[in-house]
Amino acid sequence: MATEYGPATVWGVMIALGVATFGIRASFVHLFGRIDEVPDRVTNALRFVPPAVFAALTLPAIVAPEGAIAIVGNERVAAAVVAAAVAWFVDDILATILAGMAAFWALRFGF
Amino acid sequence: MSRSLLPAEARRGLRDVAPILLGVAPFALVAGATAVDAGLSPLQAAGLSVIVFAGASQLAAIELLGDNAELLVVLATGVVINLRMLMYSASIAPHFRPFRSRWKALCSYVLTDQAYALSVTRYTGTDDLDSTARRQYYLAVAGSLWVVWQLCSLVGIVVGARVPPAWGLEFAVPLVFLSLLVPATTSWPKLVAAAVGGGVAVAGAALSVPLNLGLIAGGTAGVVAGVLADGRLPSDGDDADGGAH
Repeated sequence: MATEYGPATVWGVMIALGVATFGIRASFVHLFGRIDEVPDRVTNALRFVPPAVFAALTLPAIVAPEGAIAIVGNERVAAAVVAAAVAWFVDDILATILAGMAAFWALRFGF
Repeated sequence: MSRSLLPAEARRGLRDVAPILLGVAPFALVAGATAVDAGLSPLQAAGLSVIVFAGASQLAAIELLGDNAELLVVLATGVVINLRMLMYSASIAPHFRPFRSRWKALCSYVLTDQAYALSVTRYTGTDDLDSTARRQYYLAVAGSLWVVWQLCSLVGIVVGARVPPAWGLEFAVPLVFLSLLVPATTSWPKLVAAAVGGGVAVAGAALSVPLNLGLIAGGTAGVVAGVLADGRLPSDGDDADGGAH
């Protein structure tokens, strides 16, 4: 695969995508600075963004890393259980990652 | 303690983000190498990385450009993949509210999954961070992600280097979100939000829903489910600090 589009076209698409992405990122950061009071119902709903999004970012990469749901024979599931336990008891990102990666490699390479 | 050139919150941000950089690095290597494989010049590949700075949409744009897809399709695909950032923008906006416009613009440019996740966790865990401290923490996290992303992209562009896939270093990224998910799930309604958000996203992955729409649908469904569960399920009162904004 190699693009047949000319340099100007490629740059144009890249810049358009960059501008659009910046617009998405800046949208509410800019908007909330302009309106006086953010409605309570909105701030109430926004409390649920972190748990909902963190779970949506996490679970597919653990239980369906290749797209299909895989529990049996998937080292990531067991490693994630170890990492979650460390996160629960230690509440430290570095410790969680080290424990999760150590469990993952131990299962995969059978140290 | 020795005096440090960096403010305390910036140092804390660097410490928190350090393990995440490990998982981001191979992703950036692959993005850089793939861009060159798709026929982009080294300058274009580096430009894409700096201009867009969003890994998943970069990879999609690279693949579609390499396949000579319609330009509108390339653009629309990249935009849809980044739509999840609307949720991050809305969620983090109250914390950025006192910032001056130029800081808001800079902070928006470097807004990523990981920068959002770490910062919103830091902000909701404490009430006594003033706006300067919030900005220092955020820019330490988001800025180092930016630097490592750009440097590793460059290595990928120049060397085409790949970390052996068997190492599974990219697994560090979901582990980061897992380590933030556990302490973020402090009440029954939040547990409902996480369960629905994660469940919908897994269904999206299993059904091969394109364009990251499974993630967007999961996030949206999770927030709706959390709001619906709120008031119907006990919140244990420990939600007060989590709902600082």
